[in-house]
Order: sequence, then C-alpha cells, then structure tokens
Amino acid sequence: MHMSDALLSPAVGSIFWAGSLGIITYCARKLKDHLNGSLVPLMGVIGAFIFAAQMINFTIPGTGSSGHLGGGMILAILLGHYAALITMASVLTVQCLFFADGGLLALGCNIWNLGVYPCFIVYPLIYRPLVRSGSSPKRIATASVLSALIGLQLGSFSVVLETLLSGRSELPFNTFILLMQPVHLAIGLVEGFVTAGVINFVKAARPEILESVLSARPLSADISIRKLLIILLVAAILTGGALSWFSSSNPDGLEWSIEKVFGKPELPEQENMIASALKAVQEKLMFLPDYDFPSNKIDNSSASDKDSSFVDPGTSVSGLVGSFMVLGIIFIFGFGIKVFKKSRG
Amino acid sequence: MSHHIVEFKDVYYTYPDGTEALKGVTFRIHHGESVGIVGANGTGKSTLILQMNGFLLPTAGTIRIGDLQLDKKTRSEIGKKVGVVFQNPDDQLFMPTVFDDVSFGPLNMGLTIERVIERVDEALRTAGCYELRDRPPHHLSLGQKRAVTIAAVISMQPDILAMDEPAASLDPKARRQLITLLKGFKHTKIITSHDLDLILDVCERCIVIANGKVKADGPAREILLNQQLLDENNLELPLSLQRR
Amino acid sequence: MLAFDKEYFNIGFLDTLSYKHSFVHSLDPRIKLLTTLAFILCVVSFPKYEVFQIIPFFFFPVFILSAGNIPLKFILKKLLVVSPFVLFVGVFNPVFDTEAIYSLNGFVISKGWVSLLSIMIRFILTVSAAFLLIATTSFMGLCLALERMKVPKVFVVQLLFLYRYLFVLAGETMRLIRAVNMRAFDRKNLSIKLFVSITGTLFMKTIERSERIYQAMCSRGFDGEIRLLKRYKINFTDTVFALATITVFIILRKYDITNMLGRALG
Repeated sequence: MHMSDALLSPAVGSIFWAGSLGIITYCARKLKDHLNGSLVPLMGVIGAFIFAAQMINFTIPGTGSSGHLGGGMILAILLGHYAALITMASVLTVQCLFFADGGLLALGCNIWNLGVYPCFIVYPLIYRPLVRSGSSPKRIATASVLSALIGLQLGSFSVVLETLLSGRSELPFNTFILLMQPVHLAIGLVEGFVTAGVINFVKAARPEILESVLSARPLSADISIRKLLIILLVAAILTGGALSWFSSSNPDGLEWSIEKVFGKPELPEQENMIASALKAVQEKLMFLPDYDFPSNKIDNSSASDKDSSFVDPGTSVSGLVGSFMVLGIIFIFGFGIKVFKKSRG
Repeated sequence: MSHHIVEFKDVYYTYPDGTEALKGVTFRIHHGESVGIVGANGTGKSTLILQMNGFLLPTAGTIRIGDLQLDKKTRSEIGKKVGVVFQNPDDQLFMPTVFDDVSFGPLNMGLTIERVIERVDEALRTAGCYELRDRPPHHLSLGQKRAVTIAAVISMQPDILAMDEPAASLDPKARRQLITLLKGFKHTKIITSHDLDLILDVCERCIVIANGKVKADGPAREILLNQQLLDENNLELPLSLQRR
Repeated sequence: MLAFDKEYFNIGFLDTLSYKHSFVHSLDPRIKLLTTLAFILCVVSFPKYEVFQIIPFFFFPVFILSAGNIPLKFILKKLLVVSPFVLFVGVFNPVFDTEAIYSLNGFVISKGWVSLLSIMIRFILTVSAAFLLIATTSFMGLCLALERMKVPKVFVVQLLFLYRYLFVLAGETMRLIRAVNMRAFDRKNLSIKLFVSITGTLFMKTIERSERIYQAMCSRGFDGEIRLLKRYKINFTDTVFALATITVFIILRKYDITNMLGRALG
C-alpha cells in the first residue's frame, strides 16, 4: 500500500525522505566501488521490467479480485540488496510521478516501506540464509513466500506508524493494525507465490540467464552482519527520534517545517513588513475595512486551531464565504491566463 | 595505404554455449569499398559484425582493422574505427533523448563540450534528422530511429561503417531514404541484409556466407544474378532484376 | 480496451504533454521541482482541522495548469483513480472524532468531517502538484535537475534507463497480453499461472535486451561512466518565478486570506 502526502505531516515526511535518500546514497557508494559496466543497463531494464509487470493485473484465486506484483523481493533476489534498492527506488519514483502513487513527499516513506524492508532486512536475514545456489524449486518457493509475507507485514506496519505519527488520521492504533495487517498477509502470500513462480520459471527455462545475472551483480558474497546491524540501528534511531519528538511536541509540525524550510530568525520581521504593507494596501483599497491584521498574534493564531474546541459560528460563515471568493478569484485567474494566451497567439 | 582495410584471416568463432558460428572466414575489404554480406538465417552474419568492432574476439584466426590486429588490448581502439549499427534500434538508442544518445559516443571520447555539440549537430544533419534533436526515442518512428542510430555512429567519425540489417521492417519510403543516405557516405561500408535490392543499390561487392564460411565473393551484380547460388542459400533474385 | 492498454496510453499521454512548449515548460526543472516541493510542504503543514486557509493554495496548480496548457479533464480523471487508500484511511475520521466544531444555522459539523475534508483537499492539491510537475517538465530535465542537486549519479542513471525502456517494455508487454487475450476470450484478468509465465518470458527477453544494450554502449566507448551534458541554466525569469511563488506560499501559509475575505464580505 502506498503512503500518501495527504496523510503525512511535514516532519514525518522529511524524516523518511532523509532516511531513504541516505540509504540510496549509501547503496550508490557501495555500487560505485564494485560497478561492473554491464550492471548499468541491466538494472535499468530490470527496473522497466518490474514497472511493466506491475501494470499487469491477475486474478487472485478464490477471491475474484485482482492483484499486481510489488517486485521488491524479486529485485533483491536477482540483483542483490544494493542494486535492488536503487532499482526499486527508481521504480517508485517513476510511479510517484506518472501514476501519482502517493506523492512527492510520501516518496521517502514509500521507498522505505517497499524498498528498504525487502532489500535490507528480509533478503539478508531470511531469504539468503534459506536459499543456497543448489536449492530446489520448493525451497525457493518456501523462502520467497516467507520473505514476501514478512516484507509486506513490515511495510504495512510502517504505513500505520507513519500515518499515526503524522496525526492526520483519527484511526486508533489497534483498529488500524487490524485493518492493515491481515490484508497484507493475503497480499504477501500472493506476492510470494508470484515471486517464486517467476524465479523458478526462469530457472527452469534458461538457468544460464539467472547465472549471468547473478555473476554481474556486485558483492555476491555474504554481507557483513555488523553493517546490517548498523543500518537497523540507524533506522531504529530515526523512528525512535520521530516518535519522541512527536510525543514531546504535539503533532503540529507546522512551525518546525516552516522554520526548517525558510529559515527562522528573520521571519517575524518580514511578516511585520508584509503585514504592514498589506495593511497599507488594504487601507488604500478599503477592501477589507474592519479586519484586524494579527501581526502580533501570529504565534498563537496558527498553533491554536488544533485545540480550539470552540469556534464561533461567525468564523465558519466567513470561512465559507471566503472560500467561495477565493475559488472564484482563482478560477478567474486561471481563465484569464488562458484568454491572455489565446489573444497573444 | 592500409588505413581502412578490414581483413579476416581464417576466423573461427564458437559461442560459450557451443554454437559454432564462424568456421574459417577469410576476406579482405579495401578502403572505400562497400560490401554486402548475404546468406540464410543463422549463417553467422551478425557474429561477423560483432567481431568487427571487437565486441567478440575470434576463437581462432586473425582480424586486422587498418594497422591494428584485433585482440584484448586493441579492441577499444578498433571500436573507435568501426561504427556498428545493430539490428534493433531500441537496443541501440539507450538514452532518453536523441541529443543525449548521439552525444554519448563523442562524450566518451573526451572531446570538449563545444566539439561534442558540433559533432552531434553535424552527424544529425548528415543523417537527415536534425529536427529530431530534442525528441525522446520512444516518440520516433522506426525509420527515424534508424536514422538516429546512424547519426549516433557517425558522430564518432569512424573510418568504417558496419550495419546489421539496416532496412529491416522499414516502410518503402524510409527504406529509399536510407539507401540514398548510405550511397552518400564515403566510408568503407559493410552491410548485412536479406534485402538484396538494397545491396544491389548500395554495394559494388557481395560476399555470400553459408554455414559459417565464405561461399562466394565477387561483384554484386554477378553474385546477385547467379540464380543457382542464390537458391542454395535461401535467397532470391533481387526484385529489380526479376522483372527483366 | 484492456486495462493494461489504458494505463500504457495514459503514461504516454502524460509524457507527451511534458514535451509541449509554454512558459511553464520553459522554466528550469530545478526551479519547478523546488517550488513544487515547497508547495507540498506548505500544504501538508496545516493543522489537521484546517480547511479554509488551505483553499487559496489552489492558485498554484491552477496557474501551472492554465499557463502550461494542460487539459484539466486529464488531471481530474487521474485524481479519481488514485484516491482509494487516502479515502479509506480518512473516512474513519468522522467515525472516531465526533466532537462538534462548527454550527451553521443549526447544522452541527463534527471535527472528524472537517479533518476528512481537509485530508481530501490536501490530497487533491499534492497529487495534482506532482502530476503537473511531470506534465510540464520532461523526465530528462528532471533527471538532469536531480544530478545537479547532487543526487547520486547511479540513481540518476538508473532513472534515465528506466524511463527509456519503460515504454519499450510496456509496449512489448501490451502486445504479449493482447496475444493472450485473443486466445483466452472473455476472461478479464490473467490467472496467476499465466501471469507467471508471461512475466517469466518477459524477464528473459529483458535480460537478453540488456546484453544487446551493453554491446551497443561498449561499441560507443562506454567505460562505466555515463556522461551527461549540462544544459539548463537558471535565468532571471526562473529566479523571479521561484521568489514570487515561494513568497506567495509564505503569505498564504501565515495569513488566513479566506477568512479575511469572508469577513470583509460577511
């Protein structure tokens, strides 16, 4: 399940962006040291392959509903974790742009949920220990199903956490978990069977292809457990940090992000300038005769609405009227641009 | 002047899976010649092309391009001398815009940016596809893609052009444009094709390959009129000659 | 038409839009990426019960849409397709959050409904911003922007290849599926078994293709490094656009224009 911008707070979104970008950079550095030229086009077209395969719907037996491939596990099995993560991240990026699956801010979360778990946790800790080069198709199938199941459980749990940390949804933790995890159990099962099916199909039809792919990928030797532990630790700190930050300072996220993005100390003064400028304009136009600009109430005005259980009816009426006005102005604005463009050519 | 000579001497090639593709091929192509290579499916024409720019190294025998003998050390040098146009343009146009694709080779040659741009524009004009410069390859027709692959190769200014089935699945007009384009090149040209009319139009010499060996080698007009030889090799008289 | 074909042509359409010419298309990709990100951050930074103050932010997508000649219908259709998960999560808000927040002539509106509305508005704004970014910026331009912004080269090159071969492979897949459908008659979706053999076949073709591409790359002097020519330059117009939009974002984020207007009129 793709995380979405609309459910995210800027803080959670940014933290996962940072985490995912960090892992991509780490993988890129690892790949650079071990880059085999043929891996460049290989990763590229396998990414396109996963993308195309995801667009195919198939029937899930017994339900009549349709599903599609996720692909994280297939990539990890074929390319190894470093190349697989980069490839999965690229697939998710293109999806985010062309299908708007999630959105730009949620991309960090999605790379984390659908890329990092299968490539960096499930693959080295579950799949690799179970499958050796001479393993039977049955063993491959068991390992794939198990891996896909665990990968998707982690991913969906992560979606729950991200949503709750962002504080945009009212779903209680227990209910949310109960809604998400069983569904993903089923999805994981299907994903596992499909993963195993594709790997075994290729293995049976053209074993040398699988071999050649495996030989092109870097670091086919075992990964050091220490490094893995470090990555997990960083992940834990990230999540923990996010959690504690939230528990301490109410999920408003607004001041924090604004400050982070635009730099803080100068803001109040600028606002005063803007406010007084607006006021001057307003006085000239007499458009908003009795509105009081909250130039010194800024700090509470934006943070207060969270807890204001009482809102006077006047606010809602003026809000509604204002909304229609604003939408009208925006419509005229857009229409004006079109007319202007047409008149010019 | 031994500059642009292509010489195969008793070349053998066996693929890792055991397929014997070439079994003792010998020929010599001189500077400025244009040579058609014909033969039935699976006789080793594509393998021949892959050896010309050093992608495959012969299992036995020697290949000389100009003054260089092909081996591991010279393969990259030889790669610059021989420009190869492969069968499927989608495999060859791997960058997301025409400009980036054509500039790929020149950039790898370490030229300055101005020189690269100059070369790209020149190659695109020569191949008659300058107006496609900023388009992505997936928006092009097959004929346009073919023209761009040719531009991509000539932007590296090779001495020798080698093409594998350049006219495959082109519509008649695009095919005609390709023939005109090829005729305009002063390079040494080596073209494999089942399109015998194209060979007849573009090449003065023709080599017939059968079963990994050279079956016949001579002026294109003579070879392509030899009904018996053509029949033996799953080929037919060129259409332009059939009408007479 | 089959579902696959539809998706394929949809991406193709979006991609074609990005090669149009307009003021928005001519802006530097880095500027568009940055302003879009700033826009999204501003929109999602509103507290969860905020509805009215977000509305003025519609100016940005409307501007890009009209100045970039993007058909509104296409974006609206896309919005409908991707909404299920957000709706699924958001729809629980009215159930769990029943405290009253507004009363309008006797109608009492609970906080849950307001936050659901807020989520849906955020959804429309953020998703359309992402769509409009790709509809007005060529993918190549975005990749070059990422490279200039120091995103790891391996990742940028991966995106380039993925984009280039996405259309080739999706087209190939489409033909495979059509062939299957021609003989599978009116079964709507593939069975898992068929799916596995189709993707397996596709995968093998893909690997063979990657080998041919590698050959082509080597024959043009590929040495492990992909070199990209820098083309875009941030000019005066770009700077003005970035400053103007971001200033407007800050103003809209800080001042409740909607309520000001409403009060002025009401």
